[in-house]
Amino acid sequence: MEHYTMNLTLKVWRQKNKKDKGSFETYTVSDISSEMSFLEMFDVLNERMVHEGKEPIAFDHDCREGICGMCSMYINGRPHGPWEGTTTCQLHMRAFKDGDTIVVEPWRANAFPVIKDLVVDRSAFDRIIQAGGYISVNTGNAVDANATPIEKNKADTSFAAAACIGCGACVAACKNSSALLFLSAKVSHLALLPQGGPERKTRVVDMIAQMDKEGFGSCTSTGACEAVCPKEIPITNIARLNAEYGHAGLTSDK
Amino acid sequence: MKWSELFTSSVGKKFVMGLTGVFLILFLIVHVGLNACIWAMDGGQMFNLAANFMGSTVVMRILEIGLFATIILHIVQAYVLELQNRRKRSIGYQVPMGNKGSKWYSRYMGWLGTLILFFLIVHIRNFWVPSRWLEMPEVTYPPGVTVHDLFGLMKDTFTNIWLVLLYLLGCVSLAFHLMHGFQSAFRSLGVYNNRYIHLINGIGIGFSIIVPLAFAMMPISMYLNWVQ
Amino acid sequence: MFKSNIPDGSLDKKWEDYKGHVKLVNPANKRSLEVIIIGTGLAGASAAASLGEMGYKVKAFCFQDSPRRAHSIAAQGGINAAKNYQNDGDSTFRLFYDTIKGGDYRSRESNVYRLAAVSASIIDQCVAQGVPFAREYGGLLSNRSFGGVQVQRTFYAAGQTGQQLLIGAYQALERQVALGTVEMFTRHEMLEIVIIDGKTRGIIARNLVTGELERHFGHAVLLASGGYGNVFYLSTNAMGSNVTAAWKAHKQGAYFGNPCFTQIHPTCIPVTGDHQSKLTLMSESLRNDGRIWVPKEKNDPRKPGEIPEAERDYYLERRYPAFGNLVPRDVASRAAKERCDAGYGVGTSKQAVYLDFATAIERYGKTECRKHGIDNPTAEDIRHHGVEVVKEKYGNLFDMYAKITGEDPYTTPMRIYPAVHYTMGGLWVDYELMTTIPGLYAMGEANFSDHGANRLGASALMQGLADGYFVIPYTIGNYLADEIRTKAIPTSHAAFEAAEKIVSERLSQLKNINGTQSPESFHKRLGKIMWDKCGMARNEAGLKEAIEEIRALKAEFWRDVRITGNIAEFNPELDKAGRVADFIELGELMCQDALMRRESCGGHFREEMQTEDGEAKRDDANFSFVAAWEYKSDSNWELHKEQLEFEVAHPSQRSYK
Repeated sequence: MEHYTMNLTLKVWRQKNKKDKGSFETYTVSDISSEMSFLEMFDVLNERMVHEGKEPIAFDHDCREGICGMCSMYINGRPHGPWEGTTTCQLHMRAFKDGDTIVVEPWRANAFPVIKDLVVDRSAFDRIIQAGGYISVNTGNAVDANATPIEKNKADTSFAAAACIGCGACVAACKNSSALLFLSAKVSHLALLPQGGPERKTRVVDMIAQMDKEGFGSCTSTGACEAVCPKEIPITNIARLNAEYGHAGLTSDK
Repeated sequence: MKWSELFTSSVGKKFVMGLTGVFLILFLIVHVGLNACIWAMDGGQMFNLAANFMGSTVVMRILEIGLFATIILHIVQAYVLELQNRRKRSIGYQVPMGNKGSKWYSRYMGWLGTLILFFLIVHIRNFWVPSRWLEMPEVTYPPGVTVHDLFGLMKDTFTNIWLVLLYLLGCVSLAFHLMHGFQSAFRSLGVYNNRYIHLINGIGIGFSIIVPLAFAMMPISMYLNWVQ
Repeated sequence: MFKSNIPDGSLDKKWEDYKGHVKLVNPANKRSLEVIIIGTGLAGASAAASLGEMGYKVKAFCFQDSPRRAHSIAAQGGINAAKNYQNDGDSTFRLFYDTIKGGDYRSRESNVYRLAAVSASIIDQCVAQGVPFAREYGGLLSNRSFGGVQVQRTFYAAGQTGQQLLIGAYQALERQVALGTVEMFTRHEMLEIVIIDGKTRGIIARNLVTGELERHFGHAVLLASGGYGNVFYLSTNAMGSNVTAAWKAHKQGAYFGNPCFTQIHPTCIPVTGDHQSKLTLMSESLRNDGRIWVPKEKNDPRKPGEIPEAERDYYLERRYPAFGNLVPRDVASRAAKERCDAGYGVGTSKQAVYLDFATAIERYGKTECRKHGIDNPTAEDIRHHGVEVVKEKYGNLFDMYAKITGEDPYTTPMRIYPAVHYTMGGLWVDYELMTTIPGLYAMGEANFSDHGANRLGASALMQGLADGYFVIPYTIGNYLADEIRTKAIPTSHAAFEAAEKIVSERLSQLKNINGTQSPESFHKRLGKIMWDKCGMARNEAGLKEAIEEIRALKAEFWRDVRITGNIAEFNPELDKAGRVADFIELGELMCQDALMRRESCGGHFREEMQTEDGEAKRDDANFSFVAAWEYKSDSNWELHKEQLEFEVAHPSQRSYK
């Protein structure tokens, strides 16, 4: 793999705090190695800004290996940048070339208010999980793990849905700011397993009610969520959620 | 869960869109099938008789009311959803996502639907209103059935090139509306097995090309005098 | 308070007996007892959920924006449990024995036995919660093998086991939040513990969004704040992983156990340059199928594919025929360093070795072709099917490798090199996981207890969940049973006032330095000192130098650090500065500990102490103890020794040959 260095222009959203109006600022960075990760390029810029006595750009990040779901930049018109199936922290600078201008914005959705610069508040996701994204089993109540065999295909599909990292890219990409891919991943994960059976109906109904309350939009199946999901969670999960919801609605006892 | 929630929550609204959409798809099949009778090359006899049948029984009248109700529900719900969804992002992006991840026609369903709505108003004024509410020429076929001469009305109507073009625009809008709507309706109704999804996607693409194409050929056939 | 409190009785009966006689708290009293938990990784989240379920009033804190982001989420390979589902001779005793031996006889027998004993329940609990472990076609759970053992006892979910387990614990935690038993504080960092009359009674936390300081009362405080591998700057830890909570406790009187015991993981993606901010692990599970080699020729310029079989040195298979590529981590790391130092390294930096899957792809390919009934398969058929199998097992890891390096690991071998991964050391705790401060507990990676001088793969997840689900719910009752008459202390108490004052003064002090260098740059320099002199190999001269250098760095930090922004706002620079200041102090203690321990054991390799063929040489006569350091004053610690008694697993030379 050939490595190269590049000079770039960055247009980054700066916003002091929740109440501030915010605006774009332009920065230039030079001698960026193609081997750097996108966030390491931001580190370089921030280091320089501290040196100059300016306030560095705030952005969320933690594990930097694509699994914690904390990083969240909307880069050149796409959540997590140009690479498919990739989080911002795993995006590397070889995705860009010398002289490029890169526009970086925070996730935009009323349900995800900006805290500072590129940092947004995604606590709505936690509240959606609180509404029912779990199996109610207290510690110590479990039977032997092999007591219930589970069809491999179902277990695998369930795992693929459970791979969701809760980053919110689906919401950021959706023209309606819908969180349905996130919800459907959780609903599918649990509905596909026999353990999730007892709470199947209440789970989906309660989680949808919470999603609506949090101010997310509704799904219109454009597929943008699936396209930007760093864990490539398929939109079929949304269909499964719809089926679960319909089933719950039609067979409800109340 | 209350009944109302099943149709008013964010997912419930999609049920309504999906159900009405599927009903309208079924209607399109009937409509295109019936209209295809113009190509029977019998001076419009088969077409006129078929059209007459569609308005002749109580059942058909009830279905007709149902159809209008469905269309109105589909339209109203769509606008409500669109407006609500737009309010979920007060500050937009500097660089829009564009086609990175979704098809333009999936994002512009509202506009496509609006175009279809305009077309529909003209279309209903052209054919349904005269046939149902106004005086119009009649023809008599053996053994003595007298029916409205809708075939003749079509021929008259489609001598106007602007109307033909308007109809073509309507058909193109319909094609793209269906391209998204067909598979989306089934997703909203909860079809998730991959084998059915593949089937539905295939049928959906075929349907959204063939049906609007067939509709488009009707004014063209009339205008170019391919049918007598 | 420095008593291990190990129950009497034979090893296999201790925990059962303890549970049978431990004090209980009745349900009504639990409702008025408050417990604070710092950190929401596997240990913290599972403890918060379990204690909430039991009825305690729990407050949980994490510095991330959601408890689901804790770094447990990044664990890849799997979790051990003595289930013996594979019928390959596994048992509680064998897991116990492997762990003690793997830890090079520097851990406490009773704790490790308890860990092995509860391991099976963890899997049951997780499956019940809906953790989608990998399964066989028959629908039963699948297992794989990890380093340092000869059975298959590792349960996994592709290369995302930590994620799935954490999501399970997180969901259980959020359920309790919904029920109101747990109150969750995200984007909060603990900056001080509050001690009243000798007992831990609360914390001072900073709201990282507003910058405000908050006082929280608790009858007990549980630290589950993870390890301190980030003291090396470059590690597989998350950027935010830090020692601050544990360090504050240490400075208030909690002893720090075995600080120098650091795990260097053998298979990580090599460093590419100065810009590097962290290192990425390639799961140990890859060593199930990958073979590690270097060219037999020094500085061989050829591409890996051009080097014929006969000219490759599969040095692990050569040196350790019994365990081969699956030797424990410390052994594999040192062997890689040895080859690279000797000039056989590969890649541009020459600081890497190959991890090659060609053999596995061919083996799996052949099996699959047989399964699919393909007679006389072509090489292409075999490769195609083999790649499919490897993709299913390790696909996400291969993708990650490709993204970072730009190379395709299916066609060219991975380049890997050891990196800091885990810290076996941590706050010293007794059998009940209580530190030397009454009412202050430490769980998971934050404590020192179970892994001795080297942790076996897939055991960190096991320990975190064992502590949180199955140990602390029992042991905390033994303490809280005596606290039922203690009313909640108002946070206007003088002790809270004083603690908050310490914190706010320290923050202003940091902010007011107004120097020229960023906290990040100090962190980098600290990391370099630590890696060079207290890393994979240590010696007396180097450690002494390191201590001097760290002291100088500390002085420079407090003179010249620059923190932009203000205290009363969202300010990552300020957060970082506080953490780096603590890392610098910890770094010195680690070097002190490494200097004191004049033996080689597990991950701690003193160059002066090695056998003729370069293996670690332990000194049981002089160092069979846990080093528990008491903080006295700046750069001044007192060593306390907890002698290790081995009644069952008698120490022997650790051999994987």
